[in-house]
Amino acid sequence: MAVDVAFWALGVVATLAGAAVFYVDSMARATYALALSFVAVGLQVLFLHQSYVGVVTVLMMVMEMAIMAVYMVMFMGMNPALMPMSMVHGNRVAAAVATGTFLLLAAGILVVDWPTRRGAPAADVTAALGEALMGPKMLVMAVVSPVMVATIVAGIVLAAHRTRYDRFGDDLGRRPADDPQPGGVGR
Amino acid sequence: MGEATVTAVAAVWAVAAAAILGCLIVVAAALDGVLSARAQGTAGGAGRPFGEAARLLRQRRRTTIAADNLLWRIGGAGLVVVALLMVTVVPLDRWTLFDLDVGVVWFNAMDVTVWALVWLTGWGSNSAHALVGGYRFLAHGIGYELPLMFALVAPAIAAGSLNVGGIAAAQGGLWFVVWMPVAFVVFCLGVVAFSVWGPFAAALGADLAGGARTELSGVDRLVFETGRYALLAAGAAFAVPMFLGGGSGPLLPGWMWVLVKAVAVLAVLVWLRRRVPVVRPDKFMEAGWLVLLPAVLLQDLVVAVVAVAGG
Repeated sequence: MAVDVAFWALGVVATLAGAAVFYVDSMARATYALALSFVAVGLQVLFLHQSYVGVVTVLMMVMEMAIMAVYMVMFMGMNPALMPMSMVHGNRVAAAVATGTFLLLAAGILVVDWPTRRGAPAADVTAALGEALMGPKMLVMAVVSPVMVATIVAGIVLAAHRTRYDRFGDDLGRRPADDPQPGGVGR
Repeated sequence: MGEATVTAVAAVWAVAAAAILGCLIVVAAALDGVLSARAQGTAGGAGRPFGEAARLLRQRRRTTIAADNLLWRIGGAGLVVVALLMVTVVPLDRWTLFDLDVGVVWFNAMDVTVWALVWLTGWGSNSAHALVGGYRFLAHGIGYELPLMFALVAPAIAAGSLNVGGIAAAQGGLWFVVWMPVAFVVFCLGVVAFSVWGPFAAALGADLAGGARTELSGVDRLVFETGRYALLAAGAAFAVPMFLGGGSGPLLPGWMWVLVKAVAVLAVLVWLRRRVPVVRPDKFMEAGWLVLLPAVLLQDLVVAVVAVAGG
């Protein structure tokens, strides 16, 4: 009983905090309202006995929102996000799309003929989930990771306006490198 | 050494856990007072932190224009809460409050929460110096967090478990600190860093008029400072089951060994404050990514090879 109450209370917190993202008038509050929403979802996942997934959700989302708050404040264009500002734009279209999506999904939930449970959950549901998600595709997953990292590095290399010639001079012989941001290990 | 498995105790014992953490905070603060007095060439000083606490309790609260009070208070008061949540997974020899199967990840999630809290403390007061302090902490965070995460991985690999009690029990023959010293040192650095302490106190630097805590006054400041000591104490306590064999040791009962080891680690961390200069976040970034991270990854590799060969 207490477990059920806690689970549903966390669901309410997650939903309200998610709604608060659009209601508040500050970048910092919007970001951390989203973080609270994710934390509530992560704690809900704990109730599903997916301890690892739940705790990692909390970990990653708090970290991500801490970084996101920095970017939001840094890059918020003309309004430097240090002042109160509206978190919404294109209200009418957005409201119509949101209502339509909600009705569609809610109708789906109510109309679908949900299957009844056959068998019992595995002893270690986290391992079972990982196996179900990635088991037969592990080779693809293992290959995708380095490709993604290489893409990120290549993207940064292409986007950076300074090249190794700016850092090390025309004959690449200058040491230490001429960096606008000095490094900590004396390169 | 045939250690008994960890048993979860009733929730009311959380009060005892909080009291123990409070004692560790008092010990750390008194020690810092003594060291501070000695640095100025005078004796005594153990009472200094308590005099300061009494002064802060009577101080009138400072207000700033257009402060975001909600976020500000959450940030300042959150550190103590996070430290309390950390110690829930630290077993006191045979007893633990929260026998979570992924306790190590729980600890990690709590220490990441400090990122949010320090930044919110800097943001909330609507003060330029405080906000710069908050950003400095995040810059340090990007430098220390990944090495810290991979340092936590090493004992988990060796024990084959993310359960803190399981990791403590796996050190029957040999403490992990002996054969994974790099991970232990990086872990301790991480604890110092997420407590915004000593070399990692740039976010609270005097060059920023106090950084993230610039505008904190009275009880708010007291709670914030208590939170830093609480994080330091919780981190030191967590090192005991992770690297220092939990409650194993001769003569004394296990729970007392846990406390003795925790106090020893805590004392070293407090002492570090006046021995190591503050590191600049921009300089530490490279040290973290080019020195600490490869070093701790190599440590993980060695541990993994040993675990596979031995298991």
